[in-house]
Amino acid sequence: MTDTRKPSAIALISGGLDSMLAAKVILDQGVHVEGVNFYTGFCVEGHTHAVRAKNKNKQKRNNALWVAEQLGIKLHIVDVIEEYKDVVLNPSHGYGKNLNPCLDCKIFMVNKALELSGFDTDSFDFVVTGEVIGQRPKSQKNETMPIIAQESGAHDRLLRPLCAKNLPETLPERAGWVNRELLHGFYGRNRKPQMELAARYGFTDYSQPAGGCCFLTDERYSSKLKDLWQFRGEKNYELDDILLLKIGRHIRPNARFKLIMAREEGENRFLRGYRKNFTYIEIDSHEGPLTLVEGNPSTSDLTLATRLVGRYSQGKNADEVSVTIHHRNGVSEQISASPIAPHEIPDNWHIGL
Amino acid sequence: MEEIVDAIGLLCPLPLIRAQEFAKSTKPGTTFIVHATDPGVFRDFPAWCRMHGHTLVDIVEHKAEQIIEVTIELGN
Repeated sequence: MTDTRKPSAIALISGGLDSMLAAKVILDQGVHVEGVNFYTGFCVEGHTHAVRAKNKNKQKRNNALWVAEQLGIKLHIVDVIEEYKDVVLNPSHGYGKNLNPCLDCKIFMVNKALELSGFDTDSFDFVVTGEVIGQRPKSQKNETMPIIAQESGAHDRLLRPLCAKNLPETLPERAGWVNRELLHGFYGRNRKPQMELAARYGFTDYSQPAGGCCFLTDERYSSKLKDLWQFRGEKNYELDDILLLKIGRHIRPNARFKLIMAREEGENRFLRGYRKNFTYIEIDSHEGPLTLVEGNPSTSDLTLATRLVGRYSQGKNADEVSVTIHHRNGVSEQISASPIAPHEIPDNWHIGL
Repeated sequence: MEEIVDAIGLLCPLPLIRAQEFAKSTKPGTTFIVHATDPGVFRDFPAWCRMHGHTLVDIVEHKAEQIIEVTIELGN
């Protein structure tokens, strides 16, 4: 960096409060800040809000974009779906409580931010994150902070403005690009310091998703992903797989097949987009859910599937429901069966219930 | 004739990501069109254009075709 150029930083922006505050702290020190948001496919942002009809009247916003606008900075949203698979499938530091590879994820994202700083037209002097020691049980601990700095390759170019005073000095502080005295020493899970700082900045509207911004921290979602891996016989996924895990009721009566059943009109519409890729069931006799069938069901399995569809349709109390099963090979067949009674559905058929 | 970025069927923020990828390899001043279906584009694209200095020429929903057409002129 030359003496005349304004120092610049790239800030990881999740859309939550901490990353927003961290970027603001650095912006206020006269540093040029741009944001980066990585789209992994597991982000809580977007999809489920977009799909479910009950959220239709609620204006949907991308929180990362919204944060960047509030801060008056540019945001780069980067598709890392393919590269991120290795983080999810083979986390070298293991998983957290669920299938959340938080430590590997943070290392990956800081590393990607560094890559961006090297290859983009602008170059950045350091990376900013909203981490706070003690905030998250897996990745934001005293002992993991140096691991992230080291394994990401950022080393002392990684600055955590919200807890910097609890950490050794970094390059931006030593170089005088930022004043350490104006950084913070937040610690632990208490959110009060962040809320006070937000109030000081006049931020009144911000997102604070419980469990963070990633579906992998969600127990029910993780159960569905484990089920996917177990019954496919391989630990892998495509984007459509992980999007579908966010949608509908997932019912697995046996190892041969699983049903993905819409719970409301928005999900019905969304699942319709997957009809070419799956065998699917449409109920003819009553109003009811569109249901995708994953796997290789036998004839008796399809009768059972029909009974289950009946159970979650307007015909649940009828003697019989009739459905059309559209097979992937283009053949359709009509089946009638009695809706299954609730007590005949074992709890363990519902994945992630 | 404007180039078209096909984001039909993609949920946000993927339409934006596709537009951003197109913008990176395209000259300033170029006008292009994004075809999308996720109504989230109504909020995402104006914000993205404002912060990156692009001009949102038009954003219109063609209900019969169930397509949202976003027209953008790239800034510098």
